Amino acid sequence: MAYEITLLTTMAISVLFALSLNFITGFCGQISLGHAAFMGVGAYAAATMMKASISLLFVIPVAAVFAGVLGLLVGFASLRVRHDFLAITTMGVVFLFVGVVRQQEFLGGEIGISGIQQSVLGRTGFMLLCVVLAGVFAGFSLLVKRSWLGFVFDSIADNEDVSQVLGIDVAKYKLFAFVVGTATAGIAGALYAQHYRFVGPDSFGFVESISVLAMVVVGGIGSVWGVMFAAAVLSVLPLLIQFVDDYKILVYSALLFSMMRFSPDGLAGIVQRLRNRVRNR
Amino acid sequence: MLYLELLFQGIVQGSIYALIALGLTLVYGLLRILHVAHAALFTLGGYIGVIVTNQTGSLALAILAAMIVVGLVGVAMYKLAYEPLLSKPPFIALIASIALFIAAEELFRIIFGPYGLSYENPPLQGGFEIISGFFLKYGEALVIILSLLILSVLGWISGYTRLGVSWRATVTDPDMARAFGVNTQNVRYLNFFIGSALAAVAGVLVALLNNLVEPTMGSVPSYKALAIIVLGGLGSIRGTLLASMILGVIESFGTIYIGHLLDRDALAFGFLIVVLMFRPQGLLGTR
Repeated sequence: MAYEITLLTTMAISVLFALSLNFITGFCGQISLGHAAFMGVGAYAAATMMKASISLLFVIPVAAVFAGVLGLLVGFASLRVRHDFLAITTMGVVFLFVGVVRQQEFLGGEIGISGIQQSVLGRTGFMLLCVVLAGVFAGFSLLVKRSWLGFVFDSIADNEDVSQVLGIDVAKYKLFAFVVGTATAGIAGALYAQHYRFVGPDSFGFVESISVLAMVVVGGIGSVWGVMFAAAVLSVLPLLIQFVDDYKILVYSALLFSMMRFSPDGLAGIVQRLRNRVRNR
Repeated sequence: MLYLELLFQGIVQGSIYALIALGLTLVYGLLRILHVAHAALFTLGGYIGVIVTNQTGSLALAILAAMIVVGLVGVAMYKLAYEPLLSKPPFIALIASIALFIAAEELFRIIFGPYGLSYENPPLQGGFEIISGFFLKYGEALVIILSLLILSVLGWISGYTRLGVSWRATVTDPDMARAFGVNTQNVRYLNFFIGSALAAVAGVLVALLNNLVEPTMGSVPSYKALAIIVLGGLGSIRGTLLASMILGVIESFGTIYIGHLLDRDALAFGFLIVVLMFRPQGLLGTR
């Protein structure tokens, strides 16, 4: 059972992390190439506190606050720069984060923080906590998507200038999306720190930011179910395709490329097309 | 003396950045694609350079071969990967490009091995004294001279030839250019050919300076070149050149003076973010 529990915990954390990016990129249309930085902030905040024997349940909201504050700052940046410029700025954020963390003695520098204690919940309890948190945020996402807020986000994602003219306070909603998305990434980070009981600068770099964006895009950008499915599968895919060992990353990148090349709207798009075909018959 | 040395290091690094970033900015100016896989072409150039030099003993031949082969690979990449995605939202092409880049790095590792290749008889060893006590390596001098030469030729082509005029027309307004009889399809091919060939030259030169090509040598340029073209103002060629030089010099001084606070990459991106907050369109970009 231990292996299945680990697998399920990994999946749940990835789902939460991917959904948090989906909130910013999928709903509000703000691309981010540096989302792992926010997970990193949460993870480092949580790791330092857990080393001081502070309870996980207290650590999680604090990690969310830390990540959310940084997210607010980047949100302000998103008011200045757009589209490709925003993509590169957020990419800069992740390199800055890694670069700063590397040089800090109290964050463990290059080596990172290891030896984090197991929480009182035990492995099964912790797994349940991860699944519940991911489930709650998925429910929240679905709710937002159907509410008036979802329509506001849609309109901003579609065209900011037109939304502004329609009387939507674009800046306010963009900041809201950034704060919610990054704070949730911080929670995912705290869970990550507890799950692996280790955090290091290389765990939250550019590559991780791209992987989570890949989960969102493969799932179908903005589609809650698609993103959940893609995150669950892609997070354990490297383990599932162990048999191709040396070609693992090659297979992964080839899959990602074919997805973009042949179905740019992701799995959600494929399902949608199949559904239409069945209905039209 | 230290200042002068750092300045020259910065200029050499800046020239290399310029060669890589120029191809990227050409692609962006024409197609609005952030072409991450460009760095894979840079690595491919390095590999071809080392292999051809080791086989024939001629560095000049190696540079030529790398330019032609990599240029053609670049055109093929455009044809197979980017052309079908042009009508899609830009991040689709961006992610496809990142996937291509990762796949290419893996292919290099699988085909040429994880430890990389070196020159058997490294060409252009040694250096010369510019002023007393200050040496410049031959390789570094070649980087500066070759970059200047290539950039001048490109400047001349784009400014004073028929080809250059049709290229600039296509960048400004593709439909209008087509209406005036410019074959915009060929312009795109040529764009990719030239941009990729420039990356190949940079690859050969970096391989020469380090006497090593390895599968991962493209990872740093892949994102740093993106930072440079954004810093310069996306699609602006003069901005790209300026940003390359500034970044090269800032990195070379920065790693000495504030290297204990921020590493090289963080320094580059910190500078980028500060500039973008004050000039969201980049150094020489227009809104």
